[in-house]
Amino acid sequence: MNDNHEVEAIIDKHGAKRDSLISMLQDIQTVYHYLPQEALETVASRVGLPMIQVYGVATFFRSFTLTPRGRHIIKVCLGTACHVRGAARVLDRMELTLGVKRESTTDDQRFTLETVNCVGCCALGPMVIIDDDYHGQVSSDKVGSLLANYE
Amino acid sequence: MVELTIDGVRTQAIEGTTVLEAARDMGIVIPTLCYDPGLSPYGACRVCIVEVVKKNGSSLEASCTLPVEEGQVILTNSEWVKRSRRVIVELLIASAPNSKRLQDLAATLGINKVRFKLKDRDCILCGLCVRYCKEQMQAGALGFVGRGTQRRVATAFDEMPQECRNCGGCEWICPVCERACTAGNLVDGLCGACQNPVPVETCPVCTGCSESVGPHGHRVY
Amino acid sequence: MILWVEMNRLNSVQEFEELRKSIVDSRDPNKLRIAICAGSGCLAYGCVPLVAAFRDEVDKQGIQDRVEVRATGCPGFCERGALLTIFPQGIFYQRVKIEDVPEIITETILEGRIIDRLLYVDPASGEKSVKEADVPFYRKQHRLLLGVNNKIDPNSIEDYLANGGYSALAKALLQMSSDSIIDEIKRSGLRGRGGGGFPAGSKWESCRNAPSSNGVRYVICNADEGDPGAYMDRSLLEGNPHGVIEGMMIGAYAIASSEGYVYVRHEYPLAVQNLGIALEQARAYGLLGKNILGSGFDFDINISRGGGAFICGESTALMASLEGKIGEPRAKHIHTVESGLNGKPSNLNNVETWANVPMIINKGADWYSQIGTEGSKGTKVFSLVGKINNTGLVEVPMGMTLREIVYDIGGGVPNGKRFKAVQTGGPSGGCIPEGLLDLPVDFDRLKEAGSIMGSGGMIVMDEDTCMVDVAKYFVRFLTEESCGKCTPCREGLDRMLDILTDVTEGKATLDDIELLEELGNVIKDTSLCALGGTAPNPVLSTLRYFRDEYEAHIREHRCPAGVCKALITFTIDEEACTGCGVCARQCPQEAISGEKKQPYVIDQGLCIKCGLCQESCKFDAVIVS
Repeated sequence: MNDNHEVEAIIDKHGAKRDSLISMLQDIQTVYHYLPQEALETVASRVGLPMIQVYGVATFFRSFTLTPRGRHIIKVCLGTACHVRGAARVLDRMELTLGVKRESTTDDQRFTLETVNCVGCCALGPMVIIDDDYHGQVSSDKVGSLLANYE
Repeated sequence: MVELTIDGVRTQAIEGTTVLEAARDMGIVIPTLCYDPGLSPYGACRVCIVEVVKKNGSSLEASCTLPVEEGQVILTNSEWVKRSRRVIVELLIASAPNSKRLQDLAATLGINKVRFKLKDRDCILCGLCVRYCKEQMQAGALGFVGRGTQRRVATAFDEMPQECRNCGGCEWICPVCERACTAGNLVDGLCGACQNPVPVETCPVCTGCSESVGPHGHRVY
Repeated sequence: MILWVEMNRLNSVQEFEELRKSIVDSRDPNKLRIAICAGSGCLAYGCVPLVAAFRDEVDKQGIQDRVEVRATGCPGFCERGALLTIFPQGIFYQRVKIEDVPEIITETILEGRIIDRLLYVDPASGEKSVKEADVPFYRKQHRLLLGVNNKIDPNSIEDYLANGGYSALAKALLQMSSDSIIDEIKRSGLRGRGGGGFPAGSKWESCRNAPSSNGVRYVICNADEGDPGAYMDRSLLEGNPHGVIEGMMIGAYAIASSEGYVYVRHEYPLAVQNLGIALEQARAYGLLGKNILGSGFDFDINISRGGGAFICGESTALMASLEGKIGEPRAKHIHTVESGLNGKPSNLNNVETWANVPMIINKGADWYSQIGTEGSKGTKVFSLVGKINNTGLVEVPMGMTLREIVYDIGGGVPNGKRFKAVQTGGPSGGCIPEGLLDLPVDFDRLKEAGSIMGSGGMIVMDEDTCMVDVAKYFVRFLTEESCGKCTPCREGLDRMLDILTDVTEGKATLDDIELLEELGNVIKDTSLCALGGTAPNPVLSTLRYFRDEYEAHIREHRCPAGVCKALITFTIDEEACTGCGVCARQCPQEAISGEKKQPYVIDQGLCIKCGLCQESCKFDAVIVS
């Protein structure tokens, strides 16, 4: 990440206010798809917060990631309704097929496997969201063909 | 002034005092771990719990953060308190089994076995080091990172922070990892959990832990 | 979004009434309207291309003057998506596909003929329902809140106004005082819908009476709906954001607050979007901002997005997050109504609580308190999910029994399986077994049974659900969501998970059950906040009603429901197996072998119990024991 313009613009948009810290980090992650260290350092210095406090916030919330993610983000819903309909098996199958555990990225940067707790599509559980596509009634035998759609 | 009853004895305390402080003023000893009179109270370890007797539902509260209230009725050592405190200390020992301080505390409470899986987390996340660094040293180099069982005390990006004053206070105040200053090497000496950035190379380079007396000049307590 | 009129700022209640009248007058109540659900739940059913297809077809046939296509919020019958209702008749079509669009336009819209195959057919009686109101799923509901969803386009404030929206606000500003509003809410008996069930009127009163050095008070809407399986708040926010805004405005007026926040969970982008649009529109009309409708009342609302932390549904953690800090709760010795956000008096209520306010003001506390039970007034929206035929959102009067909800509205358990339990209250709640199905949904009654109302999640479980596995699921969820500050929650839940895992793997002893109970009680009694304080509930409640399952796992190393991997074996029924070999090809461990047309065999030594063979077998030849 060479140029800090984007980060500075985001900080300005929120008036460099402390209570907008989480919103700032969300906007930064939308641009870079993760939270680069330099961006966090800029935020800490401009907003006037100790670095460890910004780092603490960045590591507390599940939606933030400090490492770059894959080209496609897979979110397997592990909400209660999906769990009761067999979501655990779908996740197992994903981990087996991709060769990574949950909350990690494949070596070739193709997929990041994440879990989420309820997206509110309980009628169609088990749900898997890949990028912006919602896939319902996914069973473990459909995992292979589902993933094949995403380069 | 507020009037309250602790262990059946009526006492008075200034508004804004905590029940822990009011009890101590009376000479009642309530065990603590994450509390230090020189730092802000945190209420994390839950060892200092007391029973607050109420008509519609008594409860257990951490006395270090409980403000005194007019007419409060407090029991510091009821059966409920004792039972619960024992389990809490049992949980703490299960995550820091090598800590002599915790073992001593367990002994005084009459715990003789730990029924939980032992895990060498070696940090009870009491936050004393964090608060010491922030409030006493005005540095704020340490903080909590992560969440849940992944929560740990660390520095930003696990790097040596500019703010660190090399005072050694974080090691000194830690109630759990007391082996800190007896080793010649940072990583071996510390439990490794709090990623203490103080460069304790050899013992002659004292970082100010004035309470220590021992093998190399530092005490294991 | 249909920009019907240039949005001119309204300067008085009179101008507001005139605007509403002109909107209503300009609309033909007999004009046909196709209301298609465009809520997040229907995204997976392809509602977006469906809406576009309808619009295209209407354009193509040039009938825009005769029929309006409206993308609306969720009407609740999620099992049968994509759904639409045709007004004014109320014709209800379900499982609509994009291929059905031309036929619907030609047959139903132009010719008035019903398309039978799109109607709801009751599986038990075979009866077809033409109108939405006749569908068994809807018949017993009392949809005071959700019923608005398919009557309006959430991105159209004019729709909301035409439907009577903001009239409660006008009444409050013009005719009522802070005292009379608070009194009305108190008398209505409205209790918090987020899980706590605290009387809303009393909370408002305490907040208004709490001193504030600079007069600042906040009203906050908790839209951090984190219970897995619960999505009521999302549907209310997506489908009728103005309904929530209006409620907050009335509350703010009563509490003397000029600044509000809606804290929306990170995972709800459509709710954030629709809320944002609604706020912009309200501002354009001067319904938010300075001197609202000339009353002298200033108020505006900010949207804040969560970062992905269940704990931020807890009020003090939510407020910490609003201040840009980590979501670490604090003890509530000092109440948030006295010192909350930024140390100022703050009134936090759940989305559904706020949504109830306008109708209480419009129709009065007497009317409202007639609905429900002695201790629980009004209606409640529940998300009925899991092993149930009619999955979706249901709104019923408090006091309806669980049996009626599960069977009369929910249509019972699918595939002829036996009902086992319904879990209410999310990770803070408990499981209600069949024997207690006649329990009325009421804050106090559910608590007596060892559960809680919670935010409204209702997860139905059948004979194939292992209750120990359910307890383990909730405890694992909470270990991931615990903030980690206090010992009992952080360490205690982790150890509870260890013990439960041992039970599911057949490694536990009977002493472990006592240990679970002891540990559970200590966590409940000594945790700093309600996450830890209610975390043991699923374990304690499953132990209370399903102890036999725990004992089977421990004593017999058996999982009665056939779920716990370590205790089940997959075998192939020789008689049912056709030797097609599909399972062998799917098996990731290559553990299945056999010859074509001969029964296949699973090598138990290699089998990892992934279940793929069972799922891919078309002949049900894989047995789990």
